Amino acid sequence: MVNLFKMAVRNLLRYRRRTLLTASLITIGVVFVLVFLSVSGSFKAMMIGQITDSMLGHLQIHRQGYVASIDNLPLNLNLKPPEVRKVSEALDGMPGVETYSPRIKFGGMFSNFTETTNIRLNGIIPEREFKTVPLLPSRISEGKKTLVKGEMLLPALLARGMNVKVGDPVVVVATNQDGSVNGKQFIVAGILEGVTGPGGRDGYIHLDDAVETLRMREPEISEIAVRLKDFGRLSDVHNRLSGLLAGEKNPQGKPLFEVHTWEALSPFFNVARMIDVMTFFIKLMLIAIVLISIMNVMIMAVYERVREIGTMAAIGTLPGRILSLFLFEGFCLGILGAVVGCIAGSLLLWILNLSRVTFDFGQQKGLVLAVSLRPEDLLTISVTVILVSVAASLQPAWKASRMEPIEALRHV
Amino acid sequence: MSLITAENLAKDYRTGEVTVHALRGVSFRIEPASFVSFVGPSGSGKTTILNIVGCLDKPSGGSLTVAGTDVTALDMKESARFRGNHIGFIFQDFNLIPVLTVHENVEYPLMMVQNVPERERRERIGTLLEAVGMADQRDKYPDQLSGGQKQRAAIARALVTNPRLVLADEPTANLDSATAYAVIDLMKRMRDERQTTFIFSTHDQKIVGEAEILFWLEDGALREVQEKGGRNHG
Ligand SMILES: Nc1ncnc2c1ncn2[C@@H]1O[C@H](COP(=O)(O)OP(=O)(O)O)[C@@H](O)[C@H]1O
Ligand SMILES: [Mg+2]
Repeated sequence: MVNLFKMAVRNLLRYRRRTLLTASLITIGVVFVLVFLSVSGSFKAMMIGQITDSMLGHLQIHRQGYVASIDNLPLNLNLKPPEVRKVSEALDGMPGVETYSPRIKFGGMFSNFTETTNIRLNGIIPEREFKTVPLLPSRISEGKKTLVKGEMLLPALLARGMNVKVGDPVVVVATNQDGSVNGKQFIVAGILEGVTGPGGRDGYIHLDDAVETLRMREPEISEIAVRLKDFGRLSDVHNRLSGLLAGEKNPQGKPLFEVHTWEALSPFFNVARMIDVMTFFIKLMLIAIVLISIMNVMIMAVYERVREIGTMAAIGTLPGRILSLFLFEGFCLGILGAVVGCIAGSLLLWILNLSRVTFDFGQQKGLVLAVSLRPEDLLTISVTVILVSVAASLQPAWKASRMEPIEALRHV
Repeated sequence: MSLITAENLAKDYRTGEVTVHALRGVSFRIEPASFVSFVGPSGSGKTTILNIVGCLDKPSGGSLTVAGTDVTALDMKESARFRGNHIGFIFQDFNLIPVLTVHENVEYPLMMVQNVPERERRERIGTLLEAVGMADQRDKYPDQLSGGQKQRAAIARALVTNPRLVLADEPTANLDSATAYAVIDLMKRMRDERQTTFIFSTHDQKIVGEAEILFWLEDGALREVQEKGGRNHG
């Protein structure tokens, strides 16, 4: 039985070398995009994971204006217990929220009894903090991976500079909101590796110790870090949470709270965005490759078969049929390139995973690159390649379908 | 009623400043089931006439009715439909589709031009391939065939839609004379069996004698009409 599809395939087989060349070009393009997409995507996801899971959390809630002056850790912008309760209620009722952790952030003086320097500290409830940022324990390079009252997790740079070891006693002196100064002694429980981003070089103490050091009558919370069940629903939860908390106004009628995603808090978001932009341009290049190579090959196909087109037209084949014949050819070429490209790309990524490529990110050394190929990427790339192939065949096919049969038949 | 009525057909080709009068007022009638040849030296207008009669080209002047239709009024798509339904074509260079087998080439007009159901297709193709003596070559591709075999397959393709009229522009020009005679004989036999009108052009004096009606062309004008069996048209 004759049909357009069969004719298209046979015509492609008729010029085997050319078909192979074009399909390989598309294949290489697809492989390149797939590998780039997966590696950069996995890299990005891992980086975001490192940032959110070792320090930031997915979302953070502060009093309005806190983030703008976060560098001086203002104590007068902390949240009072009734306000914390409001946030807690909102978070407890939010389905996408897995857990959250309140923090008291403050700056003070740090002394090893011979030298003194500045330190930034987070007062935390360890169990909740460790659940909200689960990679925090992995940053503890020396000492135990827990924190109890009277202990401190000391940033590695400070420990090295001040020559402090695990088990050493240290003193923290801080000025509270009223201006009175208070000191408290801690035992260094662990040394904490720094991470890139704000707060990446802070130390940690127990929340109760922070309350005591700052002589708070009741805990006043600087920020609440939130972890979501599904990171993919970040913006959704962010919107709902912002909406819910927007109703809370201060006496001046301004919103009381501000909700930020990690994107607004970490400078790495710009890097992540750059990766997205690069990915976009790489995809654009693939489209250009497919467009040009298919168009080129289809123009040649039409030119070589002018007499054949003339014959088909003369015996009554309608222009639409002739158009479809050439579109089918482009379509089949696109499918060939896309399918082979997807298989080769997946294979290459599989090998890449087997070979366990490692890389460093900030203080994090030897992270294993675990690339994963998202099925929807495979699908979008394949569909794009195929659609572009058909689009590229459109002009040559149109030309073929509009040929005058007598002129085409005279063609040598 | 005549199958073809041509009145005063004219065709001018304009190339730049020069105008070539390829046809200068040609009139003729062709009855159903005729076996007709347009004969004349190269450049006398044979191809031009066959193209116009075959709805591949439009005359510059005159009128033309084919199978009751004023074909000069058809647009591109209508012409294509008309050709697909009423006219079969045989070409000098055979023009089989290279990626299709003999069977598929004959099937092509039934599937791509008309829409004939499978069973009937098989029946018609079988009968025709048998009739043109190509049944045993049905699965071969054109490049595996000799010239004569290709033209037989092309005849089957031209006839498979049961057209009223088959046009063949110099169908034997690329064949040796024995094969040429065989092809013309086959065409005549097909006319006898199916009452299809065949019109072919040739400048080959040897096979001219095979035609029953001869239109002699010279410089785009009809010089003489010869009919075997004594009658003469003007
Ligand atoms: N497309 C064309 N453009 C210009 N002149 C043409 C064209 N086709 C045919 N002619 C001229 O018309 C005349 C008749 O040509 P044609 O019908 O092909 O003759 P034949 O088939 O008898 O050799 C010739 O002089 C030829 O040069
Ligand atoms: Mg000619």
